[in-house]
Amino acid sequence: MSAVTQGAAAPAPDRSHGPSRRPLPIRQSLVVGLVVLVLLMVPWVFDAFTVSTFTRALVFAVLAMAVNLLTGIAGMPTLGQAAYFGVGAYTGALVSIHWSELGVIQLLLATLAGVVAALLTGPLAIRGRGVAFLMITLAIGEIGYSAAGRLDWVTGGTDGLSGILPVVLLPGGEGLVNEGLIYYYVLVVAALAYVGVGVLLRSPFGLTLRGLRDNEARLRAVGYRTNTYALGVYVCAGGLAALAGSLWTSSQRFVAPGDMGFDIAALALLAVIVGGVGSMWGACLGAAVVVFTRDYFGQIISGHAPLLLGILFVLAVYLLPKGIAGGRAQWRSLFPRSRAETTPEEAT
Amino acid sequence: MIGWFNSHLVSMVDGVAYGLLLFTLAVGLSLVFGMMDVLNLAHGTLYLVGAYVAYALSDGSWLGLLIALVVGLVVGLLGGGLLAAAVAPLQGRGHLDQAALTLGISLIAAEVLVMIFGGEVLPTAPPVALSASVSVLGHTYPVYRLVFIGVATALAALVYLAFERSSIGALVRATVADRDMVRAMGVDTRKVLFGVFGFGAALAAIGGVLGAPIIAPGPGIDERVLVLSLVVVVIGGLGSVRGALIGALLIGQVQTLGVALVPSYAPFLLFGAMLLVLALRPQGLFAPARA
Repeated sequence: MSAVTQGAAAPAPDRSHGPSRRPLPIRQSLVVGLVVLVLLMVPWVFDAFTVSTFTRALVFAVLAMAVNLLTGIAGMPTLGQAAYFGVGAYTGALVSIHWSELGVIQLLLATLAGVVAALLTGPLAIRGRGVAFLMITLAIGEIGYSAAGRLDWVTGGTDGLSGILPVVLLPGGEGLVNEGLIYYYVLVVAALAYVGVGVLLRSPFGLTLRGLRDNEARLRAVGYRTNTYALGVYVCAGGLAALAGSLWTSSQRFVAPGDMGFDIAALALLAVIVGGVGSMWGACLGAAVVVFTRDYFGQIISGHAPLLLGILFVLAVYLLPKGIAGGRAQWRSLFPRSRAETTPEEAT
Repeated sequence: MIGWFNSHLVSMVDGVAYGLLLFTLAVGLSLVFGMMDVLNLAHGTLYLVGAYVAYALSDGSWLGLLIALVVGLVVGLLGGGLLAAAVAPLQGRGHLDQAALTLGISLIAAEVLVMIFGGEVLPTAPPVALSASVSVLGHTYPVYRLVFIGVATALAALVYLAFERSSIGALVRATVADRDMVRAMGVDTRKVLFGVFGFGAALAAIGGVLGAPIIAPGPGIDERVLVLSLVVVVIGGLGSVRGALIGALLIGQVQTLGVALVPSYAPFLLFGAMLLVLALRPQGLFAPARA
């Protein structure tokens, strides 16, 4: 399903579909500004529990971006990102307990650990494509999960690691204990990650990844070492997932094997599907939908969160085949933006 | 050598029982994927439903077991049919949507089962007549597991003969190999696909009824069983009955011998075996030729 075939199917000059079309700068900056404003307002408007739910949603957004990088951009569906999320979470926790409370150091070392873990496991994973890749990553996720439960001397076994100190921004500074401040910390890191992924996707490397998804054989035929690119994106996604894991440690101040289980990987994949496979802002929005469904609405209707999530899965697949991001494009094609194109009834 | 063999005989027989149980699960998953190209992440749920049926209906008598088997068969066929119907509209939309849909269905089903049966693991007793132990080569061993091995072997033989030796099996294998060609010969491949989905689902549910005393029903069991089946399918190769059987027996041995020999590394052995096979033969040990 390339943009070319879509264009051929719709001969009308409907420019809202094309991925190359950029929104008007003014409109775009307005939307971005509004989103930033709303995100900055969160701790001033909501109670502590809601703020912490927003924090978890942001952490999940970073994890969902990692999953989307593999699944949506490079076409390699993964159920194993929770393993690298866990590597980052435990690394962050261990650094915090044994060495430094500085956020930057925790983030850097956790990301590095995720990159190393992905470098070690990636060569095996990228031997498969499609469902084979999905299953290998599932196995990697399961190994990570069992390892976290078994390696008691590092991970505290099934009891997990507690005693994680509040994260500190500058040497000698105060630890972040306030929900709102933790939220801002996670928000800033998540925003930087979002920008970083955006830069990556606009680079030649990012464009090649889309080629990997759309036609790997042709890419190989013109001389690209596709396996190198597959490993490259795998390592990037591993590092990004580990970054999310470190944020998780800082915000929850507790890590247990359950934080890297199959359900976390499944939730991240759900976030990507709900948001729209291939769209980064869609993945972030999907992460928010998933986390609020699980932690907020699931709480309200007496803890039937899995039921709600299951229904969300089914509805998303049937009703939003292209996710929220794709739904927006469909919405636009139904109601063109330009006033000149709208009929009088719609204009009123 | 004989001493080592003797001291681990119980584990190895256990491994055979466990492996055959995994076969009844994995073969359906493997064929549904091989034929329909559908990744059914709700497959473990079918086992769980069968195991709960056994818990609810199998009261220790032969009649109870028989009723449980019949109900399990019906529930499995219904479940498989429903899943096939749910997945059918997604034709041509890729595996990700199938995975999401079946994962969603399994989440909903798991929650409904918790509402009915509660959140505890429910130990399920085998029929009273089979709950004794016998002495085998100087080891005591539960009769039920021996009988299970017998029944599951018969089941495996039946599945093998049906797929590899009968004309229906030939049709099914032909559909795996080249769906378009079979359709061109005037066969409604949709019916074949639904048939296999129902068959695989029924086998998983029956596996649940018979396997309840071995892997007891409870929350999370569906996921565990699914992961084990996926490992078996990956090792054996997608869409191969023989591959599922060999893979299941291999995993059964790795699992039980691993627990007996190196208990703290058993979970790694399982996935280590899978990664090893993938490293050497990414398509699985017995992947059928695909068009």
